Parts: sequence; C-alpha cells; structure tokens
Amino acid sequence: MQQPDSNTAPAPAGSVSVVLAGSGGAGVMTAGNMLLEAAAFAGYYALMTRSSGPQIRGGEAAAMLRIACQPVECMEDQFHVLAAVDWENVQRFNAEIPLGTASLVIGDPDQGEPPDVFLRSGATRASLPLKKLAKSVPEGRANMVLLGALAALLGLPDESVARAVEKTLGKRPAALAPSLAAVAAGRAAAAGIPARFPLAPPPPASSQRWLLTGNEAAGYGAIKGGVRFVAAYPITPATELLEWMSPALAQVGGTLLQAEDELASINMAIGGSYGGVPALTATSGPGLALMIEALGLAVAAEIPVVVVDVMRVGPSTGIPTKSEQGDLNIAVHGLHGDAPHLVLAPNSVPDCLATTQWAVQLAESLQAPAIVLSDQFLGQARGVVDRPADIANGAARAVAEAGTPGFRRYAVTANGVSPMAIPGTAGLAYTADGLEHAERGTPSSQAADHFAQLDKRRRKLTAWHYGERWADVEGDRDADRAIVTFGSCTGPVREGLARAAADGVKARLVSLRLLAPLPANQLVAALDGVRRVLVIEQNHSAQLFRYLRGECDLPGRVTSLHRAGALQYSPGEIHRHLIDWSRT
Amino acid sequence: MSTTVSEAAAPPMRGPNDYKSDVKPVWCPGCGDFGVVNALAKAMAKLALEPKDVAVVSGIGCSSRIPAYMASYGFHGIHGRALAAGTGLKVARPDLTVVVTGGDGDGYSIGGNHFLHACRRNVDMTYIVMDNRVYGMTKGQPSPTTEPDWDSKLSPDGTGLREFQPLVIALTSGANFIARGFTGDPNGLADLIEQAVRHPGFSFIEVLSPCVTFRPEQKEWKKLVKPDAFKATAEMPRAVRRLLRDTGFDLGVLYCGNRAPYAPRGPRASLAPSDLEARFAL
Repeated sequence: MQQPDSNTAPAPAGSVSVVLAGSGGAGVMTAGNMLLEAAAFAGYYALMTRSSGPQIRGGEAAAMLRIACQPVECMEDQFHVLAAVDWENVQRFNAEIPLGTASLVIGDPDQGEPPDVFLRSGATRASLPLKKLAKSVPEGRANMVLLGALAALLGLPDESVARAVEKTLGKRPAALAPSLAAVAAGRAAAAGIPARFPLAPPPPASSQRWLLTGNEAAGYGAIKGGVRFVAAYPITPATELLEWMSPALAQVGGTLLQAEDELASINMAIGGSYGGVPALTATSGPGLALMIEALGLAVAAEIPVVVVDVMRVGPSTGIPTKSEQGDLNIAVHGLHGDAPHLVLAPNSVPDCLATTQWAVQLAESLQAPAIVLSDQFLGQARGVVDRPADIANGAARAVAEAGTPGFRRYAVTANGVSPMAIPGTAGLAYTADGLEHAERGTPSSQAADHFAQLDKRRRKLTAWHYGERWADVEGDRDADRAIVTFGSCTGPVREGLARAAADGVKARLVSLRLLAPLPANQLVAALDGVRRVLVIEQNHSAQLFRYLRGECDLPGRVTSLHRAGALQYSPGEIHRHLIDWSRT
Repeated sequence: MSTTVSEAAAPPMRGPNDYKSDVKPVWCPGCGDFGVVNALAKAMAKLALEPKDVAVVSGIGCSSRIPAYMASYGFHGIHGRALAAGTGLKVARPDLTVVVTGGDGDGYSIGGNHFLHACRRNVDMTYIVMDNRVYGMTKGQPSPTTEPDWDSKLSPDGTGLREFQPLVIALTSGANFIARGFTGDPNGLADLIEQAVRHPGFSFIEVLSPCVTFRPEQKEWKKLVKPDAFKATAEMPRAVRRLLRDTGFDLGVLYCGNRAPYAPRGPRASLAPSDLEARFAL
C-alpha cells in the first residue's frame, strides 16, 4: 500500500480494498454494489462481501470490496480505505475491517469522531462533509457522494460510475439525475483529500465477465446439470440460492416448492427424483442435520439427489451470517450404517457453478446423494469473474427401458450401477425401499442380500472415473512440500502461497473438490515425494486433517493449520504460517 | 385426481388382482390392513388406472408396507415422511396418480407437521391412513389416536393424553376431500377410495383398521361403525357442525370441497438454460 500522505503521486496498485459503512438506511450496500459494478465496467475483477448487524432490517451495514487487475478469490490483509456515512455501531465490524498505518479513514465531520478501534491502527483520517454535500444537490444522497469520492480516490473513470448508477436507477429516472449530480459532487470534494489509491490500468479482457454470487452460480450450475425440481426451506445463508432458482427454474420448465421444514424438503426432492426428475435442495448446517436420515434412504433406495450445504458457523444456530467449514464431518460421516455417498466442495465463487453442475451429474450417474459443501463466504460473496468455462454434460442417469424382461431394479452389476425404472414405464414397476432388499427390490433380511447390495452401492462410487476435477493441483510440482485444502480456504491459500513463493518457499497445492469418496490414490500420487504436508481448513477441530489421515497414508510429516470460522483467513496469515512451516 | 383418470382410451380390462403384487404381506392373520389392499385394488380397477401410472408411497409401520403389495410403482421411504415424498413426486410428475398410505403413528405423530401442510397445500393426491390406535410394528405402544387410559408397557395406566382428531385437523387445515372408512367393508372403502382419487386436490381417508394382535378389543369395531353416517357437503360450517356429534365410528364422506388444487404460480417460460446467462453477463 502506498503512503496516503505522500506528496508525490502514489504508484498504481494491482489491488485496492475499500469499505463503505453506515447505519441502516444510509444506502451503503447500494453504493457498494454500484462501486463493484463501476469497477467491472472499467475492466477490473472484484469481490464484495457484506456484513450487517443482527437487526432484521435497518441495522448498520458494511460493504467490503476488493478491486483488482487479476481475478480475486479472497479479501486482502488490510483495507486501504474505510469510509463511513455515519459511525453508528460501525465499530462492531472492527474485526472484519483490518486497517494499517497506510490506511485512510474517511468520515463526515458532522457525524462525530471515527471510533477509536479504527484509529488505533495508525490509519490517517480524512473528512468529507457527506451530508452537507448531499444537501447541495436537490434530492442528493450522502451514499452517492461517497461513491463519487471513492471512485475518484481509486481513479475509476466517470463513465463507468455513471453506467453503474444508471444500471441500478435506470428505471427510476427521477432518482437518476440527482444521484449523478451527487456522485459528481463527491468526486469534486475528493480533491481535498490528500491521498490517492489509484488502480493500475486493467488488463485487456480476454473473455466475457460475469457478475454473480456463489449462491447464484450454484443455482445456475444445478440447472445446467439438469435439475428441474427443487424443494427447500429458507435458511441463512442459503436462501438467496433458492430465491435465484425459484423464477429461473420456472423459466426452464422446472418447479420450486417451499416445504414446511427441511425434513419435508429432502423427502420431497427424493420423491421428485424417484419420479425421474433431477432434484435438489439447498440448506445450511441445521437443515443438513435434519436431512441426514433421508439421505440414508437415498443411498439405500439409490435415488439421486443433491444437497447444497452453504455452511455457516456452528454448532446449533451458531453464527448464521458467518462462514465456517465445520460441516465436513457431518457431510462425510453423518449417515448411519454404511452409506456411501458423494461430498464435493467448490473452491471459488465461479467454481460454485461447475462443482454444483458436476454434483448433479455424479448424483444422477451414480444414483446416489451428493452433498455440495459451499459456505457463507462463497455463497454470499459477489464477484466480477471471467465467464466460467463450460463443463460437458457427459453422464446421465441409467434408465431402464419399458418391457425389459426380468427387470431387477437393484441388479448386482459389474460397475454397481443398475438401470432405474421411472414411474410411467410399462412392465418395470418396483418399490423403492429403505429396507434392505433383494435385487428385485423386495425387502430382504438375508445377510447375503445385504452384503451384495452394500458392495454394489460402494462399488459404483469407487469404480467411477472422476477425471481431473477431483482437485486443483497447482504450485511447484517439484517441491517436497505440499498444502492440502478445500473450499473457501483455497483463495487465501493460493494468494498466501504466491507470496511465500516470492520469499523462496516452494510447495505444491492440492485444493480438493471431491471429498467423498476420497480419491486417495490420486491424492497420494499428487503428494508423491513430499516430505511435509500441511492441511489447511477453517474449523476448530481439524476435520479435514483427521479425515485425510484416516483415509490414506499421507507422506512425510503432516501438520495442520485450522482455525474456527467467523473470520476468513487472510493471505497474510497464510503467508506467515507458510514461512514458519518452511523452517520446520 | 380427475386429470389422470383414463376416460377416453380403452385400456385392457383389469380385475382387482391385477393391481396386487406377488409379495406376501408381513401382517398378522386378521389384520385390518388386508382389507385396504383389497379395497385399493378394487378402486384402481374401477378407475381403470394403468398400474404403471400409479405410485403408492408410504413411510414406516405395518400399514406402510402396502406399496410392495401392489403391482403399481411403490416408494417405501422413512418414518413420517410419506406425504413429503408423495408431494415431491406428484409436483414433479403431475401425470402420475399418487396414493400415499400409512398408519396413525406415521401420519399423526412423527409425520404430523407434514399432514397439516399437505392439507393446506392441497396437492392432487390421496392419503389413506390405516388407524388402529396403536404402534403395531414396535409391538404395542400408544399412538396419537390411542385412548388416554389404554395400558401398555411403555405407558402404564395410559398416556392420560386426549386423542388426536384427524378429521378435525384435516378439515381445519384445508384438505379438499375428507372421509372415514372401515376395513371390514372393503366395498364401501373401495368406493371411498375411488371418489377420493377422482376428487381434485388433497383427499384424506381415515380408515378404521383393527389391530387384532395388540388391540383385540377392536374386533368389536364392526358392531360400532355407522355406515353412511356422514352426508357429503361442500360447506365447511356444515362439516364442522357434523364433526361435533361424530362418534368416531361414523363412516362416509364428510367433506367434499371445491378448492383449486396446488399448481405452480408465477410466470413460466420455456427458456434454454443458457438463456439464463444474460443475468450474469456484464
């Protein structure tokens, strides 16, 4: 970060981070979204997360943005600018808004002093009379003044900001002109702030850019994978996925049903899928806990279904609005009996699309439930990303044809997959059953049937060729050290490792996308020749570390970096840990 | 379920036995549930349904074994969630005739919440509850409809709890067709099932189905039932008043409403999935 009080023009940066904060109704989220879109229109990548007080409506809020020349998957260690319309309760976001001596805190002098917790960082202060400036414009609003000022500090072009404002207010012409005037007032007033945080020129766009959240990406991935029936119960932070899917699904001929609870959601989804329609539900930890019994039914009756678990801090109600990777254990081990199923984890906002799509394909192909472990960070972060590459919709459900002679729904096959009869097909009627059954599907308490069915249900998952998507394997392939991680930890780990690499730390990075069945052979091969393995995850009990050690022999000395959620890892935190690790 | 009943086509004539499978029931000799299999098969024959277009969905319990005993498609899921599975199936596959079956424990206790919401939601399907006022599969514990003073190992001297009132709950929660039948009268029950399947929306039949093993006194039900005691009405207040003097053994159609069955709301279109990308593209 450049010095804000530098007299000479600071060097342009490849990444700048800002926070817009204020009390409810101040419009900081609107302004934050406009700034994100302005950055996108100017050709930058960006990521925005949001935080708000516990009030249902009208509480204080903070929009946290990182704008960069390269794709961004996590926030930076510190913010360059904290700008507040007012300071009411904004100190509650202190832990989420790390500042440093190079940071700038902008406040409206008429709204009181910035809280000490922010000034203790050594950040420089600047004043901007936002409300007075807003009043100088008929119908002007302080959040638009702030937008204009921040755009000026970052060097975002006027036309990009105007386009972003028009995109939001285009349908309300009466609000458009005053907003643009307020933006201009803010831009002019920024001249009085003795600091600049200019962004380097954006790289030429090599592909189309998309603006979306991880929840939206997962919803679209589900539809691309073929999901046409969703039953779900609202829960933070998965609700937006469902709200995005509800109209979208109707437009592609599908249906979303709001269930009375999560027990109903999952059983409805399984019922729909039994009917031949690829089905999904989305939830968070408390809902997943309620769904576990039914997932066992989907295993036993071999009915495809996908559950997207947008993980939040647990246990119990926990912290519904914050992220944690604490559901790995229940996702992998929660089902009673021996119940092979799929667990997958997207590792970035755009990857929520491909991984959910893949989960649908795998569930359908393998006639098994698939749990997608997203989390609050990935789900609710809004990113400007390159258009995700399409993945082929190669595999599908094996369906039995009408009149198949001697049809046996649960026939013991070489690869474990038995063609499924879809209701409405003549001559194939059977009963899907959670009771252990013989090949025909008729209930059986015979040990031989139990062994045969257990084996086939496991075999279909272990014999499948999952291809290259099982993990992102990157970093220095010749290094004798390796990091294994998953999900939203991947962003800060990638960035932390890149910094450590600049300090001479060499390591491979394996970000696991397929968590169950664990592709142990591929993992061990990817770690071949390694002397040190570091497992990084965001939960309190090192769930991934313990799981991996139980499933395969990891080479060399294996250690764990794990920390509970609520706050994401920063790249700097990872960087420091990697430096220490490199000395072991 | 008027939409799925074949009227024009001339399907092969099927008798009731064509709707039964060759799987031997696990039930005790004399179990009331045999009568429901017979009545269901008769009703399907009278409706001239194609077995391939019917799905019988259940949860867990003695009576929930029915799907395997029918020649149609079956779904034997987990305890209490039959209505949820049936709802998902019918909404995803509106072309199918969906009949959900189960017992009083499955439907009124562990599945009670789904019962309320299935009534409200009014999806076009039929729900048959075989009520024997006892948990039979677990060998004799009180259910929500068990009398408060019925003595059992789990609840010596009875539960002391008043009985769940299925017809009252169904009526006040919005079920579109409500009837009570008796397994000792398979023809009358078949007639009720036929009407229930034909009626649009959520149809509920409470079936008195004696458990001769754990409630042998229920063999006397055949003397207590009052055939055709209910006169079908579409008027809610009339049905409510009628329930005030229900003996619990009054049979027939209590309520036959005209509420529109569940249908997806909001605008629908036939876009290709890739058309949705426009929402993300800058």
